[in-house]
Amino acid sequence: MTTNDMPRWATGFVLPVLNLLSALLVAALVIHMLGEDPVDSLRILVGSAILNPEGLSYTLFYASTFVFTGLAVSLAMQAGLFNIGAEGQMYFGGLGLTLAMLAFDASLPWWLLIPAGILGAALFGALWAFLPGYLQAKRGSHIVVTTIMFNFIAASLMNFIIVKYLIPPGEQNTASRVFSAAAEMPRLNAWFPVLGETPLNIGFFFAILALVVYGVVMTRSAWGYKVRALGLNQHAAHYAGVKISAMIIIVMALSGALAGLGAVNSIMGSTHYLSLNFVGGAGFIGIAIALMGRQHPVGILLSSVLFGALIQGGFDLSLEKPNIPTETFIFIQGLIILFCGAMENLYAPVIVKLAKKG
Amino acid sequence: MHPAVEFRGISKQFGAVKANTDVSFSIAKGAIHGLVGENGAGKSTLMSILYGYYRADSGDILLDGQVQSIHSSHQAIALGIGMVHQHFMLVENMTVLDNVMLGAEGGFKLAGQRAGVEAKLREICARYRLDVDPLATIADLSVGAQQRVEILKQIYRSANILILDEPTAVLTAQETASLFEILRLFKEQGKTIILITHKLQEIMDITDTVTVMRGGKVVGAVQTAQTSKEELANMMVGRPIENNLPRAAYNPGQPVLEVRDLELRDDNGVTLLNKLNFTLRAGEIVAIAGVSGNGQSELMEILSGMRLPTSGDLKFEGKPLPGSDPDRGRGDADGLPRTFRELGIGHVPEDRLRDGVIKGFSVMHNTFFGHQDDKALKNRWGLIDFKGIAERCAGLLQTFDVRPANPDLRIGLLSGGNQQKVVIAREVLANPKLMLVGQPTRGVDIGTIEAIHRQLLALRDAGMAILLVSVELEEVRALADRILVMCGGGITGELKIDEFDTTRIGLLMGGMHKS
Repeated sequence: MTTNDMPRWATGFVLPVLNLLSALLVAALVIHMLGEDPVDSLRILVGSAILNPEGLSYTLFYASTFVFTGLAVSLAMQAGLFNIGAEGQMYFGGLGLTLAMLAFDASLPWWLLIPAGILGAALFGALWAFLPGYLQAKRGSHIVVTTIMFNFIAASLMNFIIVKYLIPPGEQNTASRVFSAAAEMPRLNAWFPVLGETPLNIGFFFAILALVVYGVVMTRSAWGYKVRALGLNQHAAHYAGVKISAMIIIVMALSGALAGLGAVNSIMGSTHYLSLNFVGGAGFIGIAIALMGRQHPVGILLSSVLFGALIQGGFDLSLEKPNIPTETFIFIQGLIILFCGAMENLYAPVIVKLAKKG
Repeated sequence: MHPAVEFRGISKQFGAVKANTDVSFSIAKGAIHGLVGENGAGKSTLMSILYGYYRADSGDILLDGQVQSIHSSHQAIALGIGMVHQHFMLVENMTVLDNVMLGAEGGFKLAGQRAGVEAKLREICARYRLDVDPLATIADLSVGAQQRVEILKQIYRSANILILDEPTAVLTAQETASLFEILRLFKEQGKTIILITHKLQEIMDITDTVTVMRGGKVVGAVQTAQTSKEELANMMVGRPIENNLPRAAYNPGQPVLEVRDLELRDDNGVTLLNKLNFTLRAGEIVAIAGVSGNGQSELMEILSGMRLPTSGDLKFEGKPLPGSDPDRGRGDADGLPRTFRELGIGHVPEDRLRDGVIKGFSVMHNTFFGHQDDKALKNRWGLIDFKGIAERCAGLLQTFDVRPANPDLRIGLLSGGNQQKVVIAREVLANPKLMLVGQPTRGVDIGTIEAIHRQLLALRDAGMAILLVSVELEEVRALADRILVMCGGGITGELKIDEFDTTRIGLLMGGMHKS
């Protein structure tokens, strides 16, 4: 019994929703055991993350970053490559962006600085994924193993670079200097004052644009067709004339570039400096998003918003409910990965049975 | 005496498809019973019901006169039903002994049981002349021997009714003969055999009774002695089958493909292709006959660009093929199939599920697989022109009679014959000058075989050069203008079609070209 027997509306919509509900149900059970009311907690969560305009803007701000890491993992997944390294790639992308800013933020105007930052982030992210891609294509080193290792290498390397070179003299904070105001991406509260003190910036539109481009390329272009063929059947892809090793390298580099772009929203849109561990798990959340969104642009967007809402709502929840620690979010995230990734076909037999009867 | 198996009014429906409708027949104890029918006739569904994979919507199965409701294959095995699948269910890196014990362990500790099971296996092998070493590793065994392991497994689990699904599809003529010897011994021991096959000659050779299915229904139940291949074929298809298809007079044109001293060695230096020399001209079909595994697959891979030769010259329309020119180095076969295809070489691969289609793509998405970079398939934005492709696909499904003619269905859900029609149609539509065709009718039913053969002959008549690899001598005889026989990676002989002689080809296939 596989998902192949199932109609598309079931695999694309019903299953993810059922899996998500299962994860939330288990989370509710745990919240109950912590001595808090799950229904009330859900009310706080939704109120804080969705209904309140300022909260919603935070949700969308987090989602803008997650869209890029989710796209990074999704693109590689379409080619049959499990890129676990979006975390390190985004971290390294942040370095590329920062180097570009430190070099130019005094001299260039904002409309050149933003593209420069984007380019720096994409290039460095691509480089960090190119190496595992090359090793997979030419040397057969498994991408899962190498990208995990590259996460650790990135963490150590960035630690070294930030501490040794980027901390301004006399500062204690493990971060680069703050960029000039010209390097700040315009925030949306300039046009929508209702959003309040929000970090939500035009990076959100970049994320939507990236989703659209990704969707068109994957489903409408010959290149996307070849990527998907490679992911489904490498032998047949070879028969069809796909350059397998070149394709693996290119897809990984692009995947890394997308992950690197995640840094644009979180650095140029919000903090305006590079700090230690600024990625904060966004790369790993990208894996969950790609699995839950089934590598579909709409799915990636919805999952990104969901994870953004969980973070935003989770903060307020832990403030209002002292028994619920902030780690609860990580716990719920783990449940979602468990239900949507590892056990994604848990309900498939039931759906197949119902579909047959109907 | 009760029959070993009796089907009474079995019906089974999948969605809108009626796989079995009111199927009733019985199989006598100790008989070899043939079950024939085209792809999608409902044979597999019926056997899956007998083996407990599916449950019938209505109807009864009687074993030895008792109504049994079989819920699972576990239960089927307990009732003495054994099944040998077309694709073997063996763990390659385990021994025969371990494979037999797998799923039939007598307890947690294996060590103590091994000796006993091994002795029993040796006893069974001797009794049925199975010729399998219980301590051999599966991966080291030939395909024929692996199949005997499957049979051994069923006997060990005391199967009295043995279902064999297309058992000879992967066997050589000699292996088939020895399989039939084993089946006859089985019969002498009072066991019942159900044989599913496309090959009517085998039905005539070994079965006692035959049931013919078409469209989910039983359309004939006969004694083998009282029927003929032709009658069976007509019942299966529902219309008379043409054996000698019309073709234009043999009039070959310019050389299209010239192969000179082609050699291929693997990484260990083992010779896979040994100094091949031949020329293929426009408007002729050259068939490569031989037992599978004698270099035909490697030759096709090289000619389609999927693999690079070790040495030798390949010329296509008088020009060296890329990657085959020793002066310019050999490099990498990555991406080479695209170059070859653009030069005008079409390729219907031997293993269509491995190479020829993407099972998870729709039928429509498979109709331009390999041709995705063609300019003609793109719109002015450089994107794939799905509107044009949809129209093209609709025409293709109709012209080549692909059933069901639903472009959005995943191709993996089509029967093998219909998948093959899509692959052939796709390659034909590109209008190549040279068409490489590997095992075009493997696992394909009679009606479709005829359609595919007609198609290939029409292309030949239109001036295409066709290189056919087939292990079916019937197919070679039906299509070829010239026959090259391969054995051990070399060409052992060449015949014109009017010199066709099964005995001589058989000797050449065995490498006995000197005698």
